[in-house]
Amino acid sequence: MKLFAYITHRDGTADDSAQELAAAAAQIAPGEAVTAIVTGSGEDLQTVCDQITSSFSEVIKVDSSELGYPNGELIRKVLTNLLPENAGILIAHNTFGMDLGPGLSIKLGSVFLADVVGIDKIDGDQLTVVRQEFGGQVSTHVQCSLAAGAVINIRPGSFAADENAEAGGSVTDRSGDTGDLTSGRKFLELVEAEVGDVDITKEDVLIAVGRGIEDEDNLEIVEELAEAMGAAVACSRPVVDAKWLEKSRQVGTSGLTVKPKVYLACGISGSFQHMGGIKGNPFVVAINKNPKAPIFQVADVGIVTDILDFLPELTEKIEEISS
Amino acid sequence: MEILVCVTRVPDTAENEIELNSAGNDIERDDLVYSVNEWDNYAVEEAIQIRDRVGGSVTVITVGDDESDEILRREMAMGADKGILLSDDAFEKADGQGIAAILKAAAAQGSYDLILTGAQSEGGAGEVGGMLAAMLDLPYASLVVSIEESGDNSVKVGREIEGGTIEMNEISLPCVLSIQTGINEPRYVGIRGIRKVANVDIPVQSISELGITDSDVSSSVKRLDYFVPDMGEGAEMLEGDDEEIIDKLIEMLKAKGGIK
Ligand SMILES: Cc1cc2nc3c(=O)[nH]c(=O)nc-3n(C[C@H](O)[C@H](O)[C@H](O)COP(=O)(O)OP(=O)(O)OC[C@H]3O[C@@H](n4cnc5c(N)ncnc54)[C@H](O)[C@@H]3O)c2cc1C
Ligand SMILES: Nc1ncnc2c1ncn2[C@@H]1O[C@H](COP(=O)(O)O)[C@@H](O)[C@H]1O
Repeated sequence: MKLFAYITHRDGTADDSAQELAAAAAQIAPGEAVTAIVTGSGEDLQTVCDQITSSFSEVIKVDSSELGYPNGELIRKVLTNLLPENAGILIAHNTFGMDLGPGLSIKLGSVFLADVVGIDKIDGDQLTVVRQEFGGQVSTHVQCSLAAGAVINIRPGSFAADENAEAGGSVTDRSGDTGDLTSGRKFLELVEAEVGDVDITKEDVLIAVGRGIEDEDNLEIVEELAEAMGAAVACSRPVVDAKWLEKSRQVGTSGLTVKPKVYLACGISGSFQHMGGIKGNPFVVAINKNPKAPIFQVADVGIVTDILDFLPELTEKIEEISS
Repeated sequence: MEILVCVTRVPDTAENEIELNSAGNDIERDDLVYSVNEWDNYAVEEAIQIRDRVGGSVTVITVGDDESDEILRREMAMGADKGILLSDDAFEKADGQGIAAILKAAAAQGSYDLILTGAQSEGGAGEVGGMLAAMLDLPYASLVVSIEESGDNSVKVGREIEGGTIEMNEISLPCVLSIQTGINEPRYVGIRGIRKVANVDIPVQSISELGITDSDVSSSVKRLDYFVPDMGEGAEMLEGDDEEIIDKLIEMLKAKGGIK
């Protein structure tokens, strides 16, 4: 099967996922040529194409003023027009890939594999991949035939980039092949998230609280611990959804990326969207009452206990020491 | 506005520890607490708020079994006007494309201006909404965190992308939107509300009533098993009584600069 990868980029830089998609493709079809497709407009687009020729043996460039912002609906049309029959296409499973992938599979008449974290094996045209379900609490092997093509969404960070790749790809301009670019969805503008009172991206010590806190009133025990430790309070998405804390406190792919030295995760299960916002390899302590919580697989230190009882005791002890 | 909201019944991951069964081919389903998928609850709330602003009706629909009746009633207790249960033995093996094909057949029997799904369900795929839109040839936007009526035949929607940035789009009706959490604050449903809808008739539609056949219901993507991955060492677990644990933890935090 002929494999392609759709590359997202911003401000003239290819997304980190570009090399990860190349790595995943190499596992699906070892030794085969893989073609990258990059859409956009202007100079930035050429820069991005040049950046990725080391990872892909061919780069297709599609330049159109209408593709300056990657509107998932338009890109779907472009890809449906460009891709040969029964093609396999890899896309990063980020907010753009989630928008594009499922509908694209329908238009191509191919299978769709969402949020793939590993390639298990390929046997003829039968591909077996690894996925996660229930917020990462269990994994599954998922199998499908690639005979009619496939749209394969790859979870960012799951495949190690080959830093020494030398694919030496050439860039082909296919700007003339976009096909019809009318769509019922029109991109208007981007609105940046609001800045909060505390900048958690600059803090060395974060006490992060998740849905395990159970009630807004219980936040007090987290604030008291943070005060005793000289730390700032951060949180997972459900705490913001419930309007218990400001969006500017949310760590994760749709929140902020933090780089603390110490990260105390209290009542947080450890979804990849949350963990994706923690960079710089901090010392992570997870406190969770479920011994099977996925966060224990990635934390440095784990404590199985009820945070509602444990955190006040911890605060008390720290206050005792420092007074 | 006629609004269709696709909802699904899932084990509540906040309430349950998900474990493998002894054969390792499924999760242990006995004793699990099921409820409506978190994302779908936001979608239904949003639909109700839109209806209350501009008029029309809200229909909740699910592909499921007899037990799914209960989540439809729950969402009707929230304020949805109608419920439809799509149920047939032939649906049991359906993958995401299969579910979307079943929903498509049902959607085509009505006349909806807006079709809402959740951003994702327990499988974390987030696929059914986009597939349904493509099958119906309707415009689609995922991860929607705001919907505003604008003009007669369109809505202004905000999609939440990386870093919490909102991508604003104008999208023409009819369309399909998948809803992200946090778009609203879903209302509380009390026992009284549930009792009120306990006897409402919820039509059940089978594969033949939907006018589709087995071959329309795709099952090309197959789950082979469930397993717990071996993630290497994992965390060093602190054990003992609370006092011992706290002493150890404080020592570690001091060493790492966690206590000032
Ligand atoms: C596109 C997209 C983007 C997303 N972006 C983000 C993001 O930026 N950030 C983010 O955080 N999430 C994000 N999410 C949501 C993410 O998928 C998870 O739903 C979320 O991270 C779960 O938060 P949680 O761990 O607090 O809650 P849960 O997963 O519900 O976990 C709660 C944990 O608390 C434990 N617990 C319960 N009570 C107690 C107690 N008393 N004591 C101790 N432990 C207890 C439970 O065992 C459980 O492990 C995103 C989702 C999508 C689809
Ligand atoms: N069995 C189902 N019946 C109705 N809607 C569903 C079903 N499965 C998924 N959906 C819808 O599709 C959304 C995304 O689910 P998924 O693609 O399974 O992650 C859900 O939030 C629902 O709105």
